[in-house]
Amino acid sequence: MTSPGHAVPAARFAANEERAHWHDGALWLVRQKRDRMAGELPEWEELRERAARIKAHTCSRLAEYLEAFEREATSRGAKVHWARDADEHNRIVHGILAERGITRLVKSKSMLTEECHLNPYLIARGIEVVDTDLGERIVQLAGEPPSHIVLPAIHKKKEEIGELFHRTIGTEAGASDPTYLTGAARIHLREKFLAAQAGLTGVNFAVAETGGVVVCTNEGNADMGTSFPPVHIACMGVEKLVPRLEDLSVFIRLLARSATGQPITTYTSHFHGPMAGGELHVVIVDNGRSRLLADEAFRGALACIRCGACMNTCPVFRRSGGHSYGWTIPGPIGSVLAPGRDPAAHYSLPFASSLCGSCDDVCPVKIPLHDHLLERRRQLVAAPARGLLGKRFTMRVARMVLGSRALYELGGRVARLFLRHGPRWLLYGPWNVWGRQRELPPAPVRTFRDAWRTRGTGHG
Amino acid sequence: MASREEILAALRGAAVPAQPLPAEPPAAAVRYPDPVARLADAVRAVGGGMVRTPSAAELAREVAALAGRVHATRIVSEVPEAGGGTLRLTEVADPHDLEGVQLAVLPGAFAVAETGAVWLPTAAFRHRGVFVIAEHLALVVRADAIVNDMHEAYARLRFDGPGFGVFIDGPSKTADIEQALVIGAHGPRSCTVFVVG
Repeated sequence: MTSPGHAVPAARFAANEERAHWHDGALWLVRQKRDRMAGELPEWEELRERAARIKAHTCSRLAEYLEAFEREATSRGAKVHWARDADEHNRIVHGILAERGITRLVKSKSMLTEECHLNPYLIARGIEVVDTDLGERIVQLAGEPPSHIVLPAIHKKKEEIGELFHRTIGTEAGASDPTYLTGAARIHLREKFLAAQAGLTGVNFAVAETGGVVVCTNEGNADMGTSFPPVHIACMGVEKLVPRLEDLSVFIRLLARSATGQPITTYTSHFHGPMAGGELHVVIVDNGRSRLLADEAFRGALACIRCGACMNTCPVFRRSGGHSYGWTIPGPIGSVLAPGRDPAAHYSLPFASSLCGSCDDVCPVKIPLHDHLLERRRQLVAAPARGLLGKRFTMRVARMVLGSRALYELGGRVARLFLRHGPRWLLYGPWNVWGRQRELPPAPVRTFRDAWRTRGTGHG
Repeated sequence: MASREEILAALRGAAVPAQPLPAEPPAAAVRYPDPVARLADAVRAVGGGMVRTPSAAELAREVAALAGRVHATRIVSEVPEAGGGTLRLTEVADPHDLEGVQLAVLPGAFAVAETGAVWLPTAAFRHRGVFVIAEHLALVVRADAIVNDMHEAYARLRFDGPGFGVFIDGPSKTADIEQALVIGAHGPRSCTVFVVG
């Protein structure tokens, strides 16, 4: 039984074969770049191990490190805010803007604000919100969510972006050259940067020891957005901390190599307090993270540094696209995180995986993703949501058949008979999801059981 | 403050078993026999350029040549030996007036051979955003200020007060349209590292 959640939009995505293959190939190239960069460092595995240990330690003392971070950040002139959930986060950000009469905000990438749906919240209250990462701006203008956490517009062809830019920012009709389109976006967004009254960024890492936040971009949009408007708001989940400054070296070496196959992002910006005459606000957000921390089975997922490597390598993600997951964070890590938020809404995601384990192999912080996916399946089937009742029934029948020799042998005989003589319309009926794109195997002339029984004969 | 206490209590309540923080330093990574040569390769690999200049006089000549190549007439220089520039940051009241600066010549504290990145502290600048708003960027580092890897780099950093610093690795870039690499996204369209000495 297939669960309709992920499978239906995935089938829609895959129906356009040309695009699905192109998407698959584009992400595979990123994966290969990552492999080359990882292979250049003999100490790669040691770095991953160290990163995993630092994260595990930080998670075991998260409250203390957050207090230390707050103390240090405050002593350097930052103002620290705390938000229990998405709504409180949005209210805090809006409050900072409203108190200062700010109506023009530029943003660099922040998956946390996507998770909190900050943009619609602010726009509804009269704030102009401009995403400035090129990929983010593309999907914002298209009225779509990002389909990938590092490559937000990876699902779009350049012709579509050309058409979109023609409609929204006035590029020439029919123009689709990436250099031309990027140049047009640069001019369009430069105006927004210079007119902005505040800049909002995500946070890649926060350092407990120094009270600093680190933001990584290739475009320089976080730096443009925080060096000209006087107010900088940095939004971070509680899990973004590392204990010491020196720990950054480990994560910085891993992050860009894993994400895009670069040795380091073009800009790795370290903010300690506000710029002269300006303000720095750091909003620390829980929104379900403390609950995840308390969950022994899945707390390891809090180590995620959002590099996207698990998406680029995932055969299901590459062939189904990020939007088919229906959640802010798609791919293997999203499929582990989302059911923790709302099992009923995201019950299908842990099944959108072949459990091949490739995600585990590339994860820079060694999250055992496929173990987590399997555990999610176990929990979802034990307390099934609507789409999984069928699966539960199937598993019961399977247990019965596999638990009885007589039933198993009878089942095998019936299946072989059916494979040989069953009419095609029945063999490939709607029940046979597996057979939609594949031929069933031919029934063997001799079963393994027969071969075993007569072993030794006929072999000289 | 209620939220703060609630969040901290919830995190403490999660009762995660203690895990040790790795205390030993990271194992020695690659030590480059010729860090300058490696730096040149690393900078070029990320779309930047590197120029080695033996002396300050040579530096000024090379920077002037760069300014000529990019047709820069509005130049900010925070490196006196590289030439004065045409605009002093201290004379610019509003950072927005830096729009239109064609070349910024800035002093990097050190460079990292592993990645090609240059550490730029900005405490001495009146406007920190000059490194990203300029159309072209020149970063000047001393030849004896090249570290092997990011571990050595972070061991050098100190953040005692408020301040902003950034590792810069080549020109601003994006590949957000069909993964096609485009140099000059929001920041400088070129980045040249001058190694002096």
